[in-house]
Formats: sequence, C-alpha cells, structure tokens
Amino acid sequence: MLLAPALGVSALIFAIGVGGVLLRRNVIIIFMCVELMLNAVNLTFVALAQQLGPQGQVIVFFVMAVAAAEAAVGLAVILGVYRHQESVNLQDLNLLRG
Amino acid sequence: MLPVFFWGFSGVAVVSALLCVTRKSPVASALWLIGTMFALAALYVLLDAQFIAVIQVLVYAGAIMVLFLFVIMLLNLGPTGPSDRRGWFGGGVAALFGAALVAQLWGLSRAVRTEGFASQTLAYPLPAGELQRMQDAQGVVGMLADPLFRQYLVPFEITSVLLLAAIVGAVVLAKRKI
Repeated sequence: MLLAPALGVSALIFAIGVGGVLLRRNVIIIFMCVELMLNAVNLTFVALAQQLGPQGQVIVFFVMAVAAAEAAVGLAVILGVYRHQESVNLQDLNLLRG
Repeated sequence: MLPVFFWGFSGVAVVSALLCVTRKSPVASALWLIGTMFALAALYVLLDAQFIAVIQVLVYAGAIMVLFLFVIMLLNLGPTGPSDRRGWFGGGVAALFGAALVAQLWGLSRAVRTEGFASQTLAYPLPAGELQRMQDAQGVVGMLADPLFRQYLVPFEITSVLLLAAIVGAVVLAKRKI
C-alpha cells in the first residue's frame, strides 16, 4: 500500500513549489512553480483514488484542463506585460506603487 | 519490487523539482520541470492510473511545457544578466514557509498510516485491490469514462466552455492588433 508515501512525496513537491514562488522574481519561473504545485495535488488525487474509487482520477482530468487554460491565458498576459516593460522581473513591474 | 521503483521515481521527481526552482536559466528550469512530470507519470502508473500517466505525458510534458519553452524563446530570456533569486532574507523566508508546510502535510500523511484511518475518515473506502479489479472488468479507459460521462457530465461540458474562453482570451491578449 503506497498511500502514505505518495502523500509524503506530494507534500514535499508542493512545498518545493511554494518555496519557488517565494524565492524567485522571474514571472515565468513563478508560473512554472504554480504548475509544480498543481502536479503535486494531482499526485494526491491519484494516490487517494486507489482507496476511494476512480472519481479521484476524473478530478485530475479537470485539473489538467484548467491548468492548460491557465497556462495559455497566463503566458499571453506575460507576453503583453513584456511588450510594455521589456522585462519579466517582478521588481520592474511596479506601476501601481504610489 | 514496487517500493524500489516508487522510491526511485519519487527521488527523481523531488530532485528535479528542487533543480527546477533553483536553476538560473528559465530554459533549464523548464527542462527540469519536464523531468519532474515524467517521474510523476511513472508514479501514476505505479498507483494504478495508467491512462492519467499517458495524459500527463501528452498534455503536461508535451503541450503545456512546449508552450512555456516557446514563450521563453520568444522573449529571448537567456542565462545572461543578474540572478532573479531573492537575497538571503527572502531565501530564508521561502525555506521557512516550505519547511512549515512540509511538517504539516507530513503529519497529515502519517495520520493515514495509523490503524483504522480508512474506516473512520474515508466515507466509502474500497477493499484492497478493488481498483485493479475494476480495471480488469471495465478496462483502463472505461473505468474512467463511466464516472466522467455520467456523474461528472455537466462539469465536463463546462470545461469545454472554459477552454473556448481561454482560447479567445489568449488571442485577444497576445495579438497586437485585432
């Protein structure tokens, strides 16, 4: 039974994603860390689906569809921001600072 | 034999994830993230989710990461220039939050190991090996298609609207002149 180890690995990968979001300033890498967190949650769903039935695997489908939509829109936003600021570093995106 | 493969691929996934968040070049980060996704696909196979593993490689490692690499190369982001990592204070805060989160989630996953967790906490636990039997009876894809097109039919249809909105939104945002 691999439920507890799979949940532990998933926790570790999720925490690495959170740490990456806090550590980096490059918008694209922060976006990749969000994808990492989504992957960790998918692993949790698949591990619990082994105990609770295939509905957990169906949820993973929906997570993947939302992740694909999010990646398309988010990367379009990053492209638009880059055209204005010539940078993807969060330190340069301070238009709202008073 | 199963735990050997499980821990091997888990190690690959965690090390690739660590390298993904620490590499300076965005291209290297993206390639390590693809490594993590392949290792996770292998873990899905070990957890009786073969179809999800195939979709993981096709959609995540294939489509989404190609989109990421495409944008990185479009923006011409190389390893040149100063590092975008925060200083020692930001790094310390990130490590602290990450460690706290690991401690919490690890405690939760230890609770699963205790006796009687399945009968107390999980509403309708399957008997051991039941998922394997369902796969043998219905097929790997059929086992997933049944709940997807009965129980979750409305969310499935709403997903198509979401993807249409994402396509239109991405074109509107990224096109210079409409």
